[in-house]
Amino acid sequence: MTEPMVRAEGVCKSYGRLEVLRGIDLEVAHGEVMCVIGPSGSGKSTFLRCINHLEKVDAGRLYVDGDLVGYRQRGDRLHELREDEVAHKRRSIGMVFQRFNLFPHMTALENITEAPVGVLGRPKASARAHALDLLDQVGLGDKAAAYPNQLSGGQQQRVAIARALAMEPKLMLFDEPTSALDPELVGDVLEVMRKLAEQGMTMVVVTHEMGFAREVGDSLVFMDEGVVVEHGNPRDVLGNPQEERTQAFLSKVL
Amino acid sequence: MTQGHAPQKVVPVRHPWRWVTGAILAVLIAQAATSVVTNDNFGWPVVWDYLFDPRVLQGLQNTLILTVLSMVIGVVGGILLAVMRLSGNPIAAGLASAYIWLFRGTPLITQLIFWFYIAALYPRIGLGVPFGGPEFVSWDTNTLITQFSAALLGLGLNEAAYMAEIVRSGIQSVDEGQTEAASALGMTRGRILRRIVLPQAMRVIIPPTGNQTISMLKTTSLVIVIGYYELMVAAGQIYARNFQTIPLLITAALWYLALTSVLTLVQTQIERRYSRGMSRSSKASRGLVNRLLTSGSDQV
Repeated sequence: MTEPMVRAEGVCKSYGRLEVLRGIDLEVAHGEVMCVIGPSGSGKSTFLRCINHLEKVDAGRLYVDGDLVGYRQRGDRLHELREDEVAHKRRSIGMVFQRFNLFPHMTALENITEAPVGVLGRPKASARAHALDLLDQVGLGDKAAAYPNQLSGGQQQRVAIARALAMEPKLMLFDEPTSALDPELVGDVLEVMRKLAEQGMTMVVVTHEMGFAREVGDSLVFMDEGVVVEHGNPRDVLGNPQEERTQAFLSKVL
Repeated sequence: MTQGHAPQKVVPVRHPWRWVTGAILAVLIAQAATSVVTNDNFGWPVVWDYLFDPRVLQGLQNTLILTVLSMVIGVVGGILLAVMRLSGNPIAAGLASAYIWLFRGTPLITQLIFWFYIAALYPRIGLGVPFGGPEFVSWDTNTLITQFSAALLGLGLNEAAYMAEIVRSGIQSVDEGQTEAASALGMTRGRILRRIVLPQAMRVIIPPTGNQTISMLKTTSLVIVIGYYELMVAAGQIYARNFQTIPLLITAALWYLALTSVLTLVQTQIERRYSRGMSRSSKASRGLVNRLLTSGSDQV
């Protein structure tokens, strides 16, 4: 058995007395596209943010490609990683946010080249060429010089995807990537994500887009109140949910 | 534009009262100007005589040097203090808070005098092993602390405390999603601050910094208490001899006005540079006169 890309074992997380994650066990294989759905407050975004250590796990273990996230294990003790070590590990995990979070003082091109040049030390010229290529792939080859506020939401999100891809990640995390978009702009973003999935990228996608989950996802997770309620083939979970809570949720959103 | 429609005729809202009040104001200003020009007590010939007097120019030069260097110390120190205060390190944060508390909480004039007379407290300043150990190097405090260096220390260190709060509010105005996105790309804290947060914070930091600089230009005249020579001291020394108090104060005031005008223009240029990508109509700007007559902080 090869090590899965993401392995969560009993992951718990709480904010004060509020338990957000209550023991998550999940595995994401290499090349798998896992979609995570669930009502708001179910902990799905928090789980996603734990994967690249934007949130600290309180209990349990999270591994990315066999590497423990955020800690180093010596004997039975966990040692917290230094800030630069955490930063180093994040390089290989791309993340796309609900609100895009493009850097507003940089053009689309500069947004994409910032990290490859500044973090990976790539030469400017090759980073630029790679960025232009990525912009082409997301259908924005003509927007290299545009500032984020000159782009529509859908265009901004596609630049954000290109920005994450520029680091050549082995894993992409999507945190409700289309939730802040006008309905007519959702399709372009999903199309880019579909192509990415076809190229074999490992993806964890927190989403409300059931159509995308059904057609692109390899597996579907329904989370509620900090636990995985149902996990399986998207067609089965959506078409024939076994758990009452899943049925109740799907009856509201479908 | 929809086809087949003739261009609409739009009558803009009229503002008759602007014309009326404008006319009244014009008359009043003309009256005031005439009286100022024709009133011999203003001593305009004396004003012009001393405008380029070597003593005045020397004072002006010192004022400028003091303003620029104090602001450099203030801005650099302010950024340092703000970063310390916002860092997760409780020692750094506490140190910065204590500094700001002390330097904002005591009168500037006290601080100036304190720095000037620090030799009375510590006649020698040196580097060595603490608590009575051997000393490697030491200097006579009186040779280190001149009127100039005491003025610079007083003004600069005090300014840093104020700038720290300005920089802090700027940093905190940047959306947290920016830091998150940068972290997710593998950037370290220092790099995020330099490349992502500070450039965006500048938009918020610059207008009050412009204010502080303009204020500093005139605050430098406080160094009169430790006898450093600047524009107001120069004017004061001249009118103490020839008793032309009002004309010399006007001479100094004209220089302050001129410098403030220049600084305002510089501020506009810097603001424009940092507003890149921040507003849809990033080329929006107001007329020169308008800029000079209003403060910079109300610009969107």
